[in-house]
Amino acid sequence: MQKNEAKKSNENFFMNLVRQQMFIPILAVLLLAVFNLIADPSFFKITLGYNSAGNPVLSGFLITILDSGSELAILAIGMTLVTAASGGQDISVGAAVAIAGSVILRVLCGGNSRPEKLAAPIIVAFLVSCIVAMLFGAFNGVLVAYFKIQPMIATLILYTAGRSIAAWINNNELPVISDEKFTYFGEFIPGIPIPTPFFIAVACIIIIFLVLKFTNLGLYTQAVGINESSSRLNGLNPAFIKVMSFVVLGLCVAVVGLIKVSRVSTINYSVIAKDIEMDAILAVALGGNALSGGKFNMAASIVGAYVIQFLTTTLYKFNVQSDALPAYKAVVVIVLVVISAPTVRDWFSNLTKKLKVKEVA
Amino acid sequence: MLRKKLAMLLAVVMVAGTVVGCGSKDDGGNTNEPASTPSTTEENSEEPAKTDETGEDESGEAPAKSDGEKIKVGIINNDPNESGYRTANDADLKKTFTEENGYEASFAYSMKNDEQITAAQKFIQDGVDYLLISAADTAGWEPVLQDAQTEGIGVILFDRTIDASEDLYAASIVSDMEKEGETAVKWLTDQKLDKYQIIHLQGAMGTAAQQGRTKAMEEAVKANDNWEYVGEPQTAEWNAEKAQQIVQAAIDSGKEFNVIYAENDDMAKGAVAALDKANISHGVGKDVIIMGFDCNKWALEELKAKNWNYDGQCNPFQSKYIADVIEELEAGNEVSEKVIVMEEKGFDAETITDEDIEQFGI
Repeated sequence: MQKNEAKKSNENFFMNLVRQQMFIPILAVLLLAVFNLIADPSFFKITLGYNSAGNPVLSGFLITILDSGSELAILAIGMTLVTAASGGQDISVGAAVAIAGSVILRVLCGGNSRPEKLAAPIIVAFLVSCIVAMLFGAFNGVLVAYFKIQPMIATLILYTAGRSIAAWINNNELPVISDEKFTYFGEFIPGIPIPTPFFIAVACIIIIFLVLKFTNLGLYTQAVGINESSSRLNGLNPAFIKVMSFVVLGLCVAVVGLIKVSRVSTINYSVIAKDIEMDAILAVALGGNALSGGKFNMAASIVGAYVIQFLTTTLYKFNVQSDALPAYKAVVVIVLVVISAPTVRDWFSNLTKKLKVKEVA
Repeated sequence: MLRKKLAMLLAVVMVAGTVVGCGSKDDGGNTNEPASTPSTTEENSEEPAKTDETGEDESGEAPAKSDGEKIKVGIINNDPNESGYRTANDADLKKTFTEENGYEASFAYSMKNDEQITAAQKFIQDGVDYLLISAADTAGWEPVLQDAQTEGIGVILFDRTIDASEDLYAASIVSDMEKEGETAVKWLTDQKLDKYQIIHLQGAMGTAAQQGRTKAMEEAVKANDNWEYVGEPQTAEWNAEKAQQIVQAAIDSGKEFNVIYAENDDMAKGAVAALDKANISHGVGKDVIIMGFDCNKWALEELKAKNWNYDGQCNPFQSKYIADVIEELEAGNEVSEKVIVMEEKGFDAETITDEDIEQFGI
């Protein structure tokens, strides 16, 4: 629809572009790209090399962004739905990733922290962790939907207790998996030079777009987020939809848990996926989605997630102290919030209108 | 509306508090020695339950007193689930203070200072001979230690120090993080490289371990002309993945380096993952020297496989030192030094043995 309009009235092209939800994340990508191009064009260099096992791998900053940003993109999918349906955010994502990762290792090791060979196939471990993560998601969802607790408060419980639960699942031992195959999910599949997390993210993105296209999930979620009581009057079950959104986020968490533990073949309960919930929420905000719920744009959130990784990698490249990274992210958040504030948007559109009037005159 | 939300928030916080509280108490209960008095972690104040407890304690004391030999120790530690270090520390204490070795040990676990102090008061009431404390926080211990002194109970601090007069405790057994750093840097100096180009991965800023381990390296880089940092020292907050990203960024920018000095094993592991991806060889006789800390078992195995070069110990095995101090005190001697710094090793990949891994790995 919007695209057609833009075509119809060329003079309105710029205004429509600004109005587009994708505008902010795409603009952020362009800004970062231009900055890097000017500062050091070698940022975009991609080289094909071989890793220590002799398999071909692509390397370069762009590959790092695609690799490390994928977890965030997957989480952004679930977080967008939760935000849209409940008008709040899940802050227990990092702790839930720790639980999911811990479950995978527990099943694979079968109680022995240094297994010679895996106690169960990886797919079984992954499915078990999916179920566990979805249960925890449902727990959060029930608190939010049926007990009407604010999402941030409801998920505070798991945020506080989650990492202890993760440690408890493995008896506080640190299992190490020595099976080569387990590293495929977080690193490379032999012979394929592109990091696997990127493929996993692409698969998740394709699935969610098919779901949004062929089911009513998107429509119902937005309806509940925009006006709960009117959606109930129209025959929807808002509580169920909210729980569903948390369960989908749980599924995303399980996928990220697999990638995270696969990257290092072990787990550290206190630091795995630390503060990732804040980045996931930031991705949703960067996508121009209202954090108070309602309408959402999934593609914008996903691009937003990669923008955050783009920013992080850029800062690493320029040797910014890594404990100063959150400060830079904060600046981005402030700019975003200001840009997306209705008063500022009105001011911008007034400005463009005035310019146009002058041109005509 | 606001009041409703406030009430909801309070309710949730209270529920969360109970859940967490119950969890930690259960942990304490599960890990308690069978010999220990029941519910040592339970706070005992003016509750009627207290009389029951003391009753039980007295009946439990009877056999111990009849053989007259057993030394009663009350051990206050942080939660063993805190870290691998703490788990090893707790297991070590349990191995030493057993009935066979002539001890009757009670354990109390908490990461909260006030709960630890309450546990200390209870141990004093129970009439233990020695109080072993790894304090959660440095402040607030003076009154309870004074009580212990008037009762004639020997206090031994381990792992952590507290802000109190030295007269109030018999000995304090600690790790010297700065010395750990110095040992590591001395080892690196002995490698006699022509040029030291170092990527320094720091722990969470401001922790004792980070400050101690950073200091020696910073001084060495300042003092020697052929030592230099690649970029600035970066904190990866003990996190393997952050370390991987930092090293990856250095590789992608085409920087040259030949030493990775990581302040714990996890970060060294993350760095190695980045090196493997870029096919940069590491370990004994290879392009990049890998250094880690903490002596996790898996890390020592990497050392044995010559994939890493050095791992510095942060010694969790304090029980031997504590037992020595108790022996001295039992013999009626004064402990010669109040602050006992534990011997901490640094392992070299070329000399490490399987016995070392078994004995020192945590």
